[in-house]
Amino acid sequence: MDFTDTPAEAAFRADLRDWLASALPEGSATRRPAVGRWDESESRIWSKKLYDAGYVGITWPREYGGGGHPHEFQGIYLEESARAGAPDHIGGIGLGMAGPTIIAWGSDEQKKRYLTPLLSGEEVWCQGFSEPGSGSDMGAAKTRAVLDGDEWVVNGQKVWSSWAHIADWCILVVRTDPDAEKHRGLSFLLVDMHTPGVEVRPLRQITGDPEFNEIFFTDVRVPRESMLGQPGEGWNVAMTTLLHERGTLGFALTAGLEKAVNRLIQIAMEAGPDGSRPADDPVVRDEIAQFWIDLQGLRFTNYRSLTTLQKTGVPGPEGSMAKLHWSETNQRLTSFAQNLLGLTAQLDADGAVWDGFWTYNQLRSRGNTIEAGTSEILRNIIAERVVGLPRSR
Amino acid sequence: MDFAFSSDQELLRAAAREYLADRCPNERMVALAESEAGTDPADWKALAEMGWLDPELGLLEHAVLAEETGSALLPTPWWSTVALTWPLLDDDLRGAIAAGERSTTLAWAETGGPGTIAQAAANSTVTASGGSLTGTKVTVPDLTSVTDVIVVADGGLYAVDVAAHPETVVGRSTIDKTRRLGELHLDGTPARKLEAPLEALGDVRRRAIALAACEATGVGQRALDIAGAYTKERQQFGRIIGTYQGVSHRVANTYVAVQLSRSLAYWASWAVSAGDAQADLSVAAAKATAGENSVFACEEAIQVHGGIGFTYEHVLHRYYKRAQWINGFEGPGRQHRAAIADRLLGPAA
Repeated sequence: MDFTDTPAEAAFRADLRDWLASALPEGSATRRPAVGRWDESESRIWSKKLYDAGYVGITWPREYGGGGHPHEFQGIYLEESARAGAPDHIGGIGLGMAGPTIIAWGSDEQKKRYLTPLLSGEEVWCQGFSEPGSGSDMGAAKTRAVLDGDEWVVNGQKVWSSWAHIADWCILVVRTDPDAEKHRGLSFLLVDMHTPGVEVRPLRQITGDPEFNEIFFTDVRVPRESMLGQPGEGWNVAMTTLLHERGTLGFALTAGLEKAVNRLIQIAMEAGPDGSRPADDPVVRDEIAQFWIDLQGLRFTNYRSLTTLQKTGVPGPEGSMAKLHWSETNQRLTSFAQNLLGLTAQLDADGAVWDGFWTYNQLRSRGNTIEAGTSEILRNIIAERVVGLPRSR
Repeated sequence: MDFAFSSDQELLRAAAREYLADRCPNERMVALAESEAGTDPADWKALAEMGWLDPELGLLEHAVLAEETGSALLPTPWWSTVALTWPLLDDDLRGAIAAGERSTTLAWAETGGPGTIAQAAANSTVTASGGSLTGTKVTVPDLTSVTDVIVVADGGLYAVDVAAHPETVVGRSTIDKTRRLGELHLDGTPARKLEAPLEALGDVRRRAIALAACEATGVGQRALDIAGAYTKERQQFGRIIGTYQGVSHRVANTYVAVQLSRSLAYWASWAVSAGDAQADLSVAAAKATAGENSVFACEEAIQVHGGIGFTYEHVLHRYYKRAQWINGFEGPGRQHRAAIADRLLGPAA
């Protein structure tokens, strides 16, 4: 057991810090972020810079443009880039979901075709799993794909698809065999979002931001070979995707929470609306210490899961709780911060505290316990797959 | 970065599990807990033979053993000896402990005086005079089952051979019958001054908290295991109760609580053993979390058992009482969070 960096890790961290310091605009670490996220063009430019410097796909195989590094390096990257205030790579869905699934299930040709432009940010991916009638119950998907000659013809509707409005490709779960038992009738397609018949309609969230979308498919023709796995294997392929979505997320979430805790400490030290300093209130002190403890608990749980991943190739079971505990902690933290601001938290633009950062993030946090598996589904998964209770449905 | 125990440490864990399952099943632990002595001297010899009392074991080895012995509620003074006195012992005591001949605990608390080890160094009223001690110590862990007590006195640390002076020992009825508390009444009782200075109590306290957190993790894990096993089998309304989300989600929450406790307990054990700059923060985080979360785990386990979990006959209350013991040891979570807040926010105005 040793929590200090190995010489190789320390060197990687030092190089990364130097690079971030030179590549990021001045003051990024202390910049008080505006409402929402970095805009698309900033994000694209940053993604290319990251790729050119070798900081995208750090753990992916070298032959497809990855770095071939151990998983600890990815953890270091996420910690340091969050501390430096760097924006995210534009291809979050591709890096976290599509890419690992293509690596696990794709043919050599598919890996050669898709992985490098995904890493460089030239091609952005989105995912089409949820439908209006099937959110958590993905096995009930109704979007149909019917083989016509050498093409699948896709008809249906998907929803909650982040980045679909700028995506070039979509990992799409479709029903190819309506007569099979529900999970066995699914297949997993790679769909070019520029194909005729694909229509994207942005959905506004409670924050006011259009972050995710509905996608409508009307007689969309997809080449027969643009499939991962065989027809009928879609459920198993999608499970790989979700494992990666939940398994590799922990470090990014913890890094974000570290920023939030530090900012909470900052506002607690400043005078609030009534002139008093929240940091002098013993109840506030107790809560802030608890947030810090939750952050450390998540951080070291991630480290444990990562060590297991590095040793066995599979993340440890304790990783399954990271998103569950993070999302609920983030909700408590953002609500707590917002409460410190009183009625001024209603302001969300000019003159608002940090341009409305806390108000935005408090509202955004309500999605945290819904997206990427609701807390109810995650508790089912822990109870059934980790503790070993019988299935509830 | 490597957040795993070494293969030797994992072997030690496997051996401990095997021994505890074999020699300390719940039935025997319960029988000992309900006995007058509360402990079986043969166990102490067995621990010595297995090397659990060897002077060369480090804090990480102790962390492994604390988690496993907590899981079994092993009724011996192992935790008191290792967690409360280890850095204070001289070579004579260490040798006799390793041979399974002696066992130790720490007496720090006084009525109306110091309640925690942190307060004890500067506030003890037990006085030393010509090789003897006078005064009273309270809530001394395992006092009735050890041979020697390290006493925090005004001006230094002393060893008292209570096996030779049983008149000083008064056992108190304690809800956790596997780790009983006692009162030490010293009245010109012969005592030997130790070389370790009072400042060594800082190190004792950090180790004790880290090992209490590991033990609490073992307690919480066992409560989770018991709850999991029961909710997999028990049927009501024609269904296994673990299929009701009102039940299974409590079990899932317990899993989360135990994992957080474990991560922080391991972190604290490593940080203290490595002398890391964050050692004090890590023990505060581990104490606040492991204490409260092991209590939570036991309460959830009792709830999903229904009425049987509330009986004296069921084993759960014994884990619950140990969790409460640990939670009360060295101050509640709130005090540890206050210490963390002082570091993060500076002092309050």
